[in-house]
Amino acid sequence: MEHATGLVLPNSGHNRDAEASKMGMWLFLFTELLLFGGLFLVYMVYRMLNAEAFLLASFELNIALGTINTVVLLVSSMTIAMAITAIQKGDRKTSVLLLYVTVALSLVFMVIKFFEWSAKINYGYFPGMEVYQNLPAGESLFFFLYFFMTSLHALHVIIGAVFIAVVIYRTNKGFVTAEKYTLTENAGLYWHLVDLIWIFLFPLLYLIH
Amino acid sequence: MTTATTDLNFFQVKRGLFSWIFSIDHKRIGLLYLYSLMTFFLVGVTLGVLMRLELLNPGKDIMEAQTYNQVFTLHGVIMIFLFIIPSIPAVFGNFFLPIMLGTDDVSFPRLNLLSWWIYIIGSIMALSTLVFGDGPADTGWTFYVPFSVNTTTNVTMSVLAAFVLGFSSILTGLNFIVTIHRLRAPGMSFMKMPLFAWSLYATSWIQLLATPIIGITLMMIVAERFFGVGLFDPSIGGDPILYQHLFWIYSHPAVYIMALPAFGIISELLPTFSQRTIFGYTAIAFSSLAIAFVGYFVWGHHMFTSGMSGTGRIVFSIMTFLVAIPTAIKVFNWVATLYKGSINVQPPLLYALAFIFLFSIGGLSGLVLGALATDIHLHDTYFVVGHFHYVMFGGTGFAFFGALHYWFPKIWGKMYNITVANIAFVIFFIGFNVLYFPMLVVGLMGMPRRYYDYLPEFHIPNMISTFGSWILVTGLLLMLGNLVAGLFNGKKTGRNPWNSISLEWQTPSPPPLANFDKLPELPEGGPYNYKND
Repeated sequence: MEHATGLVLPNSGHNRDAEASKMGMWLFLFTELLLFGGLFLVYMVYRMLNAEAFLLASFELNIALGTINTVVLLVSSMTIAMAITAIQKGDRKTSVLLLYVTVALSLVFMVIKFFEWSAKINYGYFPGMEVYQNLPAGESLFFFLYFFMTSLHALHVIIGAVFIAVVIYRTNKGFVTAEKYTLTENAGLYWHLVDLIWIFLFPLLYLIH
Repeated sequence: MTTATTDLNFFQVKRGLFSWIFSIDHKRIGLLYLYSLMTFFLVGVTLGVLMRLELLNPGKDIMEAQTYNQVFTLHGVIMIFLFIIPSIPAVFGNFFLPIMLGTDDVSFPRLNLLSWWIYIIGSIMALSTLVFGDGPADTGWTFYVPFSVNTTTNVTMSVLAAFVLGFSSILTGLNFIVTIHRLRAPGMSFMKMPLFAWSLYATSWIQLLATPIIGITLMMIVAERFFGVGLFDPSIGGDPILYQHLFWIYSHPAVYIMALPAFGIISELLPTFSQRTIFGYTAIAFSSLAIAFVGYFVWGHHMFTSGMSGTGRIVFSIMTFLVAIPTAIKVFNWVATLYKGSINVQPPLLYALAFIFLFSIGGLSGLVLGALATDIHLHDTYFVVGHFHYVMFGGTGFAFFGALHYWFPKIWGKMYNITVANIAFVIFFIGFNVLYFPMLVVGLMGMPRRYYDYLPEFHIPNMISTFGSWILVTGLLLMLGNLVAGLFNGKKTGRNPWNSISLEWQTPSPPPLANFDKLPELPEGGPYNYKND
């Protein structure tokens, strides 16, 4: 960038730097991994302390719905990856369409999640409810972790969907092009993380043997 | 961009409050941090002095036991989360990292401004605990369960504040890492970076990789307080010790977030004031990374008495001793830098020398605590309080004030009164030792920490310590008063009043908005070889 003094720095912090943006996103993803890493650690310790109870409690979860949601997220990861390829090829229309599909899939995920949560809350498994309070030692911890981990993940789904919505808006405005598509890439990176976390949550919570 | 403003410095390009609090200039953001940090620091000092006053005599002097618990917790929260974690990176890192790399800003200037705003929001949240409900948390800054879940004081707000402040810390760290990777001047390889940049690099990685753990842990406390699930309660299958593990997995590396930037400052001060290049550049650079790395694996030494297997304790103890190696590498290289140097005794050098002395006491007393047998005796005594004040205040605090005296003429283009600064330093240094050394002694005698009362046999050391707090505050006020006076009436200085041999002194003082008035050139043979006429 050129400054008032007329000095032109090749390494200005105000230059557009796609590499820097992507590096920043990757570093941010590390922090997200560690955020969930803390939870995985808690899960691991408590499952080792209460192996039987975690197994029993996990039978209450709906594997079918969990599987559908896994497929939904995997497909959405694919559509956003395709959206990146589309914008790289300069096909703005297809890119935006695929981003819309991704947002739609995130909504499907959230709706399914909503029905799952309501079912559990109807049974009284939400922390603080009467049934929950009377659960055997260990089972209540499982449900606490279930709600804590899935709701934190759901929060990330929502943030990711909003992020993608911003990308749609910016693409339509012409700020994202075949030469400048870092924003789409970063949204993709974030969305893959959301997907990846779920890939771990699903077996840990639903598929315990 | 405006034109024909060639000789305006960054203070002059724009004026008015909004040009500051919404500035994306890294220099202004650094100063925003400085002003807000110093405000919170003085609040923390006041709380500390009040605690010392309470401990002047056995029994109640000026406050009740409950008030005392809240005061020491707030003192800890303010000093740790609001002052010392952001201190050097947020102020001097923001201001000088881009200049030292030969660039005009950090990689994400707007993110940088955001992290200051997040910091301010977190700080307001932390201080707001004073004015509503049952007052500030009374748990100690560690928020140990189960007490932090049961107490009626404002733990939730304090914990949320720490969470928000963690965000600010992460964003600053992220910004610095990308800046160091992407914006070094052409020709400046990693091994030609100033050592301050190296120490910030190591610090930033810790900020990035450790802070999320405390974030999620603190969220669990909040969930616990809202829903009362008993997450860390053994009767439902939980484990109270797990909280301590999670807390220290962050909070021990955080000690190096506080200490590493200070090491970087010392590595900048010594070459300037001994007029020769740093001794053992590579060793100092890599020892920062080594400390950051080993620092992840020593958290268990905070929990030797909490219940841990013998093997676990031995491993954590050995790992703790390992930290001493890279730290000693630094100390020996610093001393070797001074050897046969042309030493110019100025206030910043005095702070650097005091740092080496005080940090060595702090570090060696740390070994006493890291050893299993002695720790059982000393755990939760005043020895611990003395130890970490020597490390944090005697270390990072002195480095912070050394840096302030060092870069003062660069930031404001004016010089404070050197004689007064020297006198203030002597009072400050004496006060520091009178305040904290008796704590080591009284800790060895067995006085437990975190009580507002003590047995009569501990009276004399406590009295001395309280006298020390008054001397320290006198020195501190004289030092800050002298700096503020220098701000208004100081003599104008040129580019390089210290005759320094590093890059940031090659640019005008105060620097222009673009940081440089000519393209920065790199000298042969490393970053500490600029020739001055």
